[in-house]
Amino acid sequence: MIELAGIRKAFNQGRPNEFWALNGIDLKIAPQQVTVFFGPSGSGKTTLLTVVGCLARPTTGRVRLNGRDTSGLPERFLTGIRRRTFGFIFQQFNLVRGVTAIENVMLPAYPLGSDWKELKERAGSLLDSLKLSHRRTARVEWLSGGEQQRIAIARALINDPEVLIADEPTANLDTALSKEFLGILESLAGQGRSLLLTSHDPLVVESSVVRRVVTLRDGRIVGDR
Amino acid sequence: MLFRPAIIALLLASSANVAMVLGVAPYAVDVIRHWDIRSGSERQLSLERRTYLMSVLLSVVLATQLLALLLFVFNADRMAPLFVGAMCAAGVLNADAYGYPALMAQIAVFFLAAIWLAINHVDTLSPDYPLVRVKYGLMLGMAPALAAAALLQFLYFLNLQADSITSCCSRVFAASAAGLSGDLTALPPRPSMLAFYGTLAAAVASSAYTALRRRGGYVVAVTSLAAFAAAITGIISFLSLYIYEHPNHHCPFCVLKSAYAFQGYWLYIPLFAATACGLSAGAIQPFVQTPSLRGAAPRVSSRLAGAAAVGFALFTLVATFLILHSHLILIAGVTQ
Amino acid sequence: MRTWIEKQKYLIDFTLSSMARRKVKNFGILFLYTLLVFLLASVMLFAHALRREAAATLAGAPDVIVQRMVAGRHDLIPPDYIYKLGSLRGVRKTESRLWGYYYDPFVRANYTIMVPASAGGDEVATGRVAVGQAIARRLALTLNGEIFLAAYSGELRSFTVARLLPHESELFTADLVLMSEEDFRSFFDYPVGQYTDIALTVTNPQEVHNIAGKIASSLPDSRVILRDEILRTYEAIFNWREGVVLALLSGAVIAFGIFALEKASGLSADEKREIGILKAIGWETGDVIRMKFWEGALISLTAFFVGYTAAYLHVFRFAAALFEPVLKGWSTLYPDFELVPTLDGFELATLFFFTVFPYVLATIVPIWRAAVTDPDSVMRGAL
Repeated sequence: MIELAGIRKAFNQGRPNEFWALNGIDLKIAPQQVTVFFGPSGSGKTTLLTVVGCLARPTTGRVRLNGRDTSGLPERFLTGIRRRTFGFIFQQFNLVRGVTAIENVMLPAYPLGSDWKELKERAGSLLDSLKLSHRRTARVEWLSGGEQQRIAIARALINDPEVLIADEPTANLDTALSKEFLGILESLAGQGRSLLLTSHDPLVVESSVVRRVVTLRDGRIVGDR
Repeated sequence: MLFRPAIIALLLASSANVAMVLGVAPYAVDVIRHWDIRSGSERQLSLERRTYLMSVLLSVVLATQLLALLLFVFNADRMAPLFVGAMCAAGVLNADAYGYPALMAQIAVFFLAAIWLAINHVDTLSPDYPLVRVKYGLMLGMAPALAAAALLQFLYFLNLQADSITSCCSRVFAASAAGLSGDLTALPPRPSMLAFYGTLAAAVASSAYTALRRRGGYVVAVTSLAAFAAAITGIISFLSLYIYEHPNHHCPFCVLKSAYAFQGYWLYIPLFAATACGLSAGAIQPFVQTPSLRGAAPRVSSRLAGAAAVGFALFTLVATFLILHSHLILIAGVTQ
Repeated sequence: MRTWIEKQKYLIDFTLSSMARRKVKNFGILFLYTLLVFLLASVMLFAHALRREAAATLAGAPDVIVQRMVAGRHDLIPPDYIYKLGSLRGVRKTESRLWGYYYDPFVRANYTIMVPASAGGDEVATGRVAVGQAIARRLALTLNGEIFLAAYSGELRSFTVARLLPHESELFTADLVLMSEEDFRSFFDYPVGQYTDIALTVTNPQEVHNIAGKIASSLPDSRVILRDEILRTYEAIFNWREGVVLALLSGAVIAFGIFALEKASGLSADEKREIGILKAIGWETGDVIRMKFWEGALISLTAFFVGYTAAYLHVFRFAAALFEPVLKGWSTLYPDFELVPTLDGFELATLFFFTVFPYVLATIVPIWRAAVTDPDSVMRGAL
């Protein structure tokens, strides 16, 4: 359960180009469902995602994660929580170029210092479940968009997070791949994970998987279905 | 002034250290004035980012101080041929009035930096960084100490004259010499040994107690400091005699030479490490009651105390081994 | 603890692959770093070896040398000096020495001509000489060959080369000619009973200054030279010369520092993106700093090791071909000697301060700047 109270986020604070991306958000996100943040670009949905996912601290307001206040935590502790709780799938996939697929999947677990063999096995089985076992040792820049996204999904799952966050996941995919992605989403939701997406793709918003759509405009919530 | 690579290196290192600490001093002031962990404002985020830089810099300063301390003593030893009457570092440090003060200042800075790092570590264990203001206040307090040590070192090198006549360690550390070195040397062996073993035993005992019971950090700090003093005194007054197997050679520096199989390292390294740990354990003690550190602080304190106990015990063992293995007989019945 | 070690292994692993992805830039820095270490280490190793050589040489020199002065210039020793000196308490042995310089106009070189100590076993028979290797080389002399020396009277005297002084002793015998006392006195027209100087051996080396004082007061026209003083002077000269060369090279150190700073600050877009990704997927600022620290450590260790080894070979295998002129001085007759290889912790530590320390200083702030990248920057598209 994620609770946001009075969240406001500013960039370039104190300078002439000060800009408030979020202007007072109050939201409760229930676990184990698929929620979509919908809105035009500039509406603040990506920023909201970063605040919810503990990637950034709100300028004012409180974030509660399973009852624990995370907005006053310094980076070290916030990162620890984020690693355990959230998995991210970025719009641009953001895989490290020059590194193999399996290593990319293992990266988020490096700072934890866990056993290498075990980690490699886990990464391998994740890639298998996403039908990428034949691509384990391939360099990511040689792979297609769809394959890259599935690697990104595997990477997001390596630390077994309870919440998956995806930013505009279908923006770089054609219809067939988008449908495939929604299929994966469904199976992930079926595993009991919470999913948070941003999208302005009708395919996603109107999909049967999606339980709730929160509409944003100018840093405020204007609709909640 | 003597123009010599090691001296240039040492002066550069201390100036760099002072420059680094002075450079971040304004940021430390900033942190003290505006820190508010609950806030998410950009200023707070920027302050948090700055703290990483300051920690890294101070770690570099500590590491540099340690190496510089070693280099300083070695350099003094190597410069012995330049001074009439000097045969080891003792004489070279005595060649002008700033030598020993510079050495003691550097040792003090080393311990201060170790204490700071311990406090810094404890602070980062708790999500609300409770000791931030204390930490950076301490850092500001260290700046003058660092500057003073650098200045003393500079004055020492500046005033060194190659043809000044100095005394060799047999004069500086002779029972008849004036000043502290003479007094330490003149201590008779038996009471000296009792004081030595007594203080070290107290240090080991109190450190072990704190390690197990997680209480009593202040006592550890006091006994560590006392043990450090007792150990150095012991080395000068009787331990060196056993190592050199000579009833009049009291020098604490010659033990580091290759001629004596570098035995000095086995003594000094555990001693300095143990003292640093013991002092740090004491430095953490005031913060044990801080709510967010209730669990972490005693744990760290106990680990440091444990390290101190091991260090002092090791030092005592090595010292005893050296005494027993020596062919010198100072007190009837105490060797062979 | 195990976790900590595993974590460092992961960080090192990523650092290595990251560096491999930017080979050109890292090679540039590594090359310059190694070059710097090489230069500085060469100077220090060379000076250190020369120092040790000088000290070893001087170890065999007499404790005290007494010379007589007339109007501030070195004059000959009269016979009564020897008795006065021998009777001083603390003097164990006196040795009257005969030696001088000879300028050979054909070769334009100065030879040192000396009568060896009577108990040394180095004596030469009349009409024969022992000659140093440098002279032999210059004049193409062989055993039983002839060497011609012109006395002040104009007479050209010839001597047979009885032996060549050993190669190992070249540092101080290169320009030496040993001849018998008879030959010496007749060649230089040296007054009977007078000597060039007197070498003293003292019983207790710690008393050498007291003895010097006694000599000065009983023989006011004497000049007393102590071996300690010579050692000190050599040490001071070597220090000074080494210091000067290093000061000149300080420009190189600064340039290197600036280069390192530039390289560390000038992260390519790719590098910035990489760090941004790491921060986004769960690496802390501390982890990134540690990773960059490993990068610096690996580069430093490699540069230090390779540079130092190269310097070692340069100085001890190739006789420091690049630096000879500055550190050795300049003369016509040059001893050909091999330096004894030495490895010294003190020199290593000093070198460390001149090379690794500036590198660390130059890279701290750029590393920190890179490491504090906001975790959400890749998401915002700021990278």
